[in-house]
Amino acid sequence: MTLLIKNVKAIDPRHKLSDGVDVFVRDGKIAKVGKQLDVKADETLDGKGQTLVPGFIDLHVHFREPGGGHKETVATGARAALKGGFVGAVSMPNTQPAADNAAIVEFILKRAREAEFNIFPCGALSKGREGKEISAMLELKNAGCVAVSDDGNYLRNPLVARRAFEYASQVGLIVMSHVEIPELTKGGVMNEGYVSTVMGLKGMPAVSEVIAVATDIELAKMTEARLHISHLSSGAALEKIKRARSEGLQITCEVTPHHLALTENALKTYDTNFKMNPPLRTEEDRQAMLQGVLDGSIDVIATDHAPHQFEEKDQEFELAPFGVIGLETAFAVSYTELSQKAGPAALEILIDRMAITPANILGLGQFNEIAEGSAANFTLLDLNAKWTISKEDFASKSKNSCFLGREVRGRVVATVCNGKLYRWNTHPVASGAVTVQSGCHSGEGRNLSAKGGLAFGGKTSKQDASLRWHDTHPERLPGATPL
Amino acid sequence: MTKAAMMEEPLMKSRNVHWTRKDLLGLKELSREEIELILKTAESLKEVSTRSIKKVPTLRGRTVVNFFAEPSTRTRASFELAEKRLSADSLNFSGSSSSLVKGETLKDTAKNIEALQVDLIVIRHSSSGAPHRLAEYVKPGIVNAGDGTNEHPTQALLDMFTLKEKKGKIEGLKISFIGDILHSRVARSNIWGLTKLGAKVTVCGPKTLIPYDIEKLGVRKTFHVEEAVEDADAINLLRIQLERQSEPFFPSLGEYAKGFGINAERLARAKPDVLIMHPGPVNHGVELTSEIADGPNSVIMEQVTNGLAVRMAVLYLLSLVR
Repeated sequence: MTLLIKNVKAIDPRHKLSDGVDVFVRDGKIAKVGKQLDVKADETLDGKGQTLVPGFIDLHVHFREPGGGHKETVATGARAALKGGFVGAVSMPNTQPAADNAAIVEFILKRAREAEFNIFPCGALSKGREGKEISAMLELKNAGCVAVSDDGNYLRNPLVARRAFEYASQVGLIVMSHVEIPELTKGGVMNEGYVSTVMGLKGMPAVSEVIAVATDIELAKMTEARLHISHLSSGAALEKIKRARSEGLQITCEVTPHHLALTENALKTYDTNFKMNPPLRTEEDRQAMLQGVLDGSIDVIATDHAPHQFEEKDQEFELAPFGVIGLETAFAVSYTELSQKAGPAALEILIDRMAITPANILGLGQFNEIAEGSAANFTLLDLNAKWTISKEDFASKSKNSCFLGREVRGRVVATVCNGKLYRWNTHPVASGAVTVQSGCHSGEGRNLSAKGGLAFGGKTSKQDASLRWHDTHPERLPGATPL
Repeated sequence: MTKAAMMEEPLMKSRNVHWTRKDLLGLKELSREEIELILKTAESLKEVSTRSIKKVPTLRGRTVVNFFAEPSTRTRASFELAEKRLSADSLNFSGSSSSLVKGETLKDTAKNIEALQVDLIVIRHSSSGAPHRLAEYVKPGIVNAGDGTNEHPTQALLDMFTLKEKKGKIEGLKISFIGDILHSRVARSNIWGLTKLGAKVTVCGPKTLIPYDIEKLGVRKTFHVEEAVEDADAINLLRIQLERQSEPFFPSLGEYAKGFGINAERLARAKPDVLIMHPGPVNHGVELTSEIADGPNSVIMEQVTNGLAVRMAVLYLLSLVR
């Protein structure tokens, strides 16, 4: 099986690449990169007007299997990831039962092989994610785990945490920490602050995250554990991380696209698609997260893709589960936000935060390089495509996105994962971008860009979500009040 | 004046400020003019309850469902009586008897109520925002009778009605709320309404029960009860809701009374004509002493009476939009 991408603009900061190259893939590997390659391929794709970048790796997804197959399976999660340009993902261990033993990890890896997708499992940090006893980390590592975490839970007992950090360090597993002091957030459903006061919803204070980060940093200093902070949301916690790093601690952290694009203001309609943990925080926090991604103090953008069924989300706000999906929209949302700050430099920053640094953290070597000899894991982007996110854009089994109706720029048009090509049906766009002919579920014939322009009047600010709602439900927004 | 003529009056007045809302979800969403219209309408309807035959045919043929997914005695009784005095047919769904305990979702219950062809649904629910969801699910008008810690608009309206009746106006009045502000939907609705009508609001209570960003709502915050009492035209004492506190927010009721309870000594520092208000039920000896609850400054029972008029006004105005 061979594949040739012709005349594409390829970018990989790890390698010198000129514009308008051909990329030739054979047997799952990049066989050749060069100008006007004289090769014959089984399948050829014209890459004119498109940008070829290293395939993205998501350090934080929930594919729900085993135990939550009604929300997502490894197969549907993998499809969602591929559609978002991801060629690999770290699966969190909060499955039912928890991924705290080799059997569960092997099951997940088997499902991943069937889906022809690269999953790097994260095992549980404590047995059953209960925070009482440390998990069998050697067994987990031997089964294929790259990290351990109790994601969703914070390891509250400092003695158990100490032992877990020590043991993970000795075994050689990354500790991924969900930073939250549960006693401080108990019963909370959104960020604590002005908006929670206005909405009468119980708040989760940012200080909960700050205290947990500070605690973990001290434990990591002592134990030399390799600490990675999951889904950071507050500027104050980022300051703790920067300080620890300046003191020499090897620590990394990630932020989600929704914490880059949205704030607690989105909660003003009681829409449960904005209920996630950590919660959307203030505009100051959002700006701090964006700045962190730009200056590199935030290492990675990860989605925290958390699928839930419509019925589960369609409840009273307090009863609905936390979490949103994010794989299909991660690049476009992040690119749209970062472009406003950094202009054309946004792309290289995103390649680093979504592809290169995640690969480095996992120690993957030639996994997603645009270079001869690397595994063929890359993504084709149309950077000019403007589109409005709708339910049809998701391959995930669930549709609980917080970006429905949002207009974004930049689109994944094809993904090559382990040498296999996936082309995505993209809606025709008005901006003159190339529309890729696709074999998969095409022919819907809709022009979403025109629709989006009407709905938004061209605005792409952070308040889009509330604006959209406002447009359709003016009578139900507290517009007359000084919100 | 005939009954029909009596009902024409608020209707005529409403022509200036037209009532267009299908639902009353909170005072957050209302304009000053809309709030004033409700209060004005309630003024006319208060008279009905003073007649020997306490009934007008205004809502004859209309059906109102009182859907109380959280226990309530006073508010439900007040709504029920308001419906009866307007000649509406009413039906009660309550927390213990409804299907909520069988695991039926809010949406299913709402759809079932709608299928009974009702006109208005009065809802009380322990989750903030539940009435807003309901308003999205079904066509009947929704009246929020208290949602979680968000709003209790008819309680605030009856408080404002009482203030206006006693003081002649609301603009410029100094109103203090003392107690559990954090969990109080009564305080929130009052803050929205009173600030829109130009009153100056102070909130006071233990630091553990005052939200950090409360000043951004345009109110003054103090932890000293003396500051809240001095100069106040009215003091609204919020019920210490032990049932809403999963973890203790203050050491004991005795300690609360020492810090924030209103007794004769503290009342002596207030204006002689200060109004003492309480949404009920009173914890005697905690928020205030019995002698003050029953004393000359107290308008607590008048609040209850006015609640009826205000709820009649709300049901009437919403029925115009049906």
